[in-house]
Amino acid sequence: MTRYQVSRRHIVGTFALLFASSALIWGCKTAGGPAGTEIPVGEFASLTGGTATFGQSVHNGDVLAIDEINAAGGVLGKKINLLTEDDQSKTEEAVASVQKLVNSDHVVALLGEVASSRSMAGAPIAQLSHAPMITPASTNEDVTKKGDYIFRICFIDPFQGQTMARFALNSLGKKRAAVLTDVKQDYSVGLDEAFKHTYSTSGGAIVSEQSYSTGDKDFHAPLTSIRATNPDVIFVPGYYTEVALIVRQARELGIDCPILGGDGWDSPELTKGAEKEFNNTFFSNHFATEDPDSTVQNFVKKYEDRYHSMPDAMAALGYDAARILVDAMKRAGSTDSAALRKAIAETKDFPGVTGHITIDPNRNASKPITIIKITEGKFHFAQRIGPEGEALTPFQP
Amino acid sequence: MKSYYSLLLAVVVIIGASFLTPMLNTYILGRIMYIGIMISMAVSLNLINGFTGQFSLGHAGFMAIGAYTSAVVTTWASTHGGSILHNNDPAMFLVALVLGGVLAAVAGLGVGIPSLRLRGDYLAIVTLGFNEIIRVLIQNLDFKIDGVDYIGGARGFSVLPMTTFVWVFITAAVVVFCVENLVNSTYGRGFLAVRDDEVAAEAMGVDTTKFKVRAFVTGAFFAGVGGGLFAHSNYNITPLDFTFLTSIDIVVIVILGGMGSTVGVILAAIVLTTLSESLRSVPQYRMIIYSLLLVILMITRPQGLLGPKTLGRLFKRRQKPTVDPVKG
Repeated sequence: MTRYQVSRRHIVGTFALLFASSALIWGCKTAGGPAGTEIPVGEFASLTGGTATFGQSVHNGDVLAIDEINAAGGVLGKKINLLTEDDQSKTEEAVASVQKLVNSDHVVALLGEVASSRSMAGAPIAQLSHAPMITPASTNEDVTKKGDYIFRICFIDPFQGQTMARFALNSLGKKRAAVLTDVKQDYSVGLDEAFKHTYSTSGGAIVSEQSYSTGDKDFHAPLTSIRATNPDVIFVPGYYTEVALIVRQARELGIDCPILGGDGWDSPELTKGAEKEFNNTFFSNHFATEDPDSTVQNFVKKYEDRYHSMPDAMAALGYDAARILVDAMKRAGSTDSAALRKAIAETKDFPGVTGHITIDPNRNASKPITIIKITEGKFHFAQRIGPEGEALTPFQP
Repeated sequence: MKSYYSLLLAVVVIIGASFLTPMLNTYILGRIMYIGIMISMAVSLNLINGFTGQFSLGHAGFMAIGAYTSAVVTTWASTHGGSILHNNDPAMFLVALVLGGVLAAVAGLGVGIPSLRLRGDYLAIVTLGFNEIIRVLIQNLDFKIDGVDYIGGARGFSVLPMTTFVWVFITAAVVVFCVENLVNSTYGRGFLAVRDDEVAAEAMGVDTTKFKVRAFVTGAFFAGVGGGLFAHSNYNITPLDFTFLTSIDIVVIVILGGMGSTVGVILAAIVLTTLSESLRSVPQYRMIIYSLLLVILMITRPQGLLGPKTLGRLFKRRQKPTVDPVKG
């Protein structure tokens, strides 16, 4: 008898609390209504947590672009109201953030996420509510396959591999390449496959294929095998933590040929304590602060004035993503979701900081790539290569 | 026997309430469902940490097993469906969730048998290690069947959004029902005996190791089911969703709710999730304020929100002493 009473009270109590709490959230969230004089644009980024550095850079870029547009009078006669949600670098928080932005704040479009996994969590919600979403830096191919409202303005992984293969053949004139791949990283394997394919079909020869795993510290075994085949160039499409050790150990073994990599190299940590060893290395990136292009230099100056630090690739991509969105609003003449989607899809030759951007039929960006040369630990602009592999600027050795 | 009626009542209420959910916007509904999942997770952990007194930090590991197992089943069924299991078929989802729970329970048995001879800090470290092993294993698993990605390693696994309000709260009601009935039964006193005094319990003929393993297996099963619900409300899951930090989030709910108080734990799950959500507008200070509030709550309510009492007993205490002080 008593047990029955306790159980029933438990369950009834649980639901009373449940509805009370839901009423609480409900009450809090419906307080602010749409203003009418502002265009709400949502941004979800990892401002805290594991990938906070990426999220904050993108956020800085977004804010810089939106403030600039608002200072110039806004768009369609209205100011843009950028609503930012922090997802704490968690997928489950990314889902909540996007649901809030789309369903509670009624944003007209979304800017977001660097990490492909979190973009893929947010994308189905954006697609379902027909809110166009532009991701600044998710390079995994599957992200834009989530639906026709999902766009990206960075290049996808295979493109970097293709470009580095052409760079090695055409700009450096090296015909014999060795590759050293991180088999634990999808990213690395993707770049590696594209590189090998393009290199061998464009007149080069792959003389050695070696691999390692994320977290390895000693690379003497694969490097010794590579040295035995005497290549002209080595492609190492890994992340900077391992690459820093690989390049150092390669130079110790007397391998002095050029070493190439992808945007995973982009970190101030890369060359620390190994400035000499990193001479004669190149990697592909989204942009370079030393690029003589006036759009880039303007952006670098504005960013430095505001944040007192040099912008990184993520900041540049965030800046471009926000400006492409606003450009599409202007061309669409409204913030209606279908019209806006169409306008973003029709983006052609947009003069971004990270190059002229065209959105292709798969909603990916077709854009140039910047090659960076490392000298004495400093990153220098070396060359800009177009989407079809054509050299847009002469190679500066 | 009558407690079955209360479960039935709860199910009816949940199904009734589900007709109201279209009125809520998806964001709020999503958060309410998240609260429901956290209730299942925390109440099941409470069986291990609160009622049996075994400090486990591996709940997210069981959750991960359930999440990935059920996601593999639903993904497979939706691509190979047609014969028995159809896409979005409730029976298929039930099979997926139960299978996730069973596999998590097997893992609970696997980690329980060798390690439950350990106590306190040592057990906490073993379960923490188990959590990380599971996570790293998943991180290194990635395969394709007929061109469809499974597990996906660090990239993440795209999951069909199948979790609904009814699934979440019926699961929560079943978990609450099972845990409450288990610990309030004659048999279930064994769990409390292990917690209160292991040596005395052993002396009285309670097989302490068996009770600990049972608590672990039951807790792991429900964590697996909760993990399945979590996965199917999240669109994309990655191994990073199941780090030991997630385990600690659940442990915090249990401790704040009061070890061994089901109602307290449910209340804590609601309060903490709502708190974290309402601090969303101040992202930079969110973790600072949240953590500060936890510290304050722990100082002012060290016995948990409600203490070891249940809601029913709370009411009784207030009413009975005036009527019948001798028996109360």
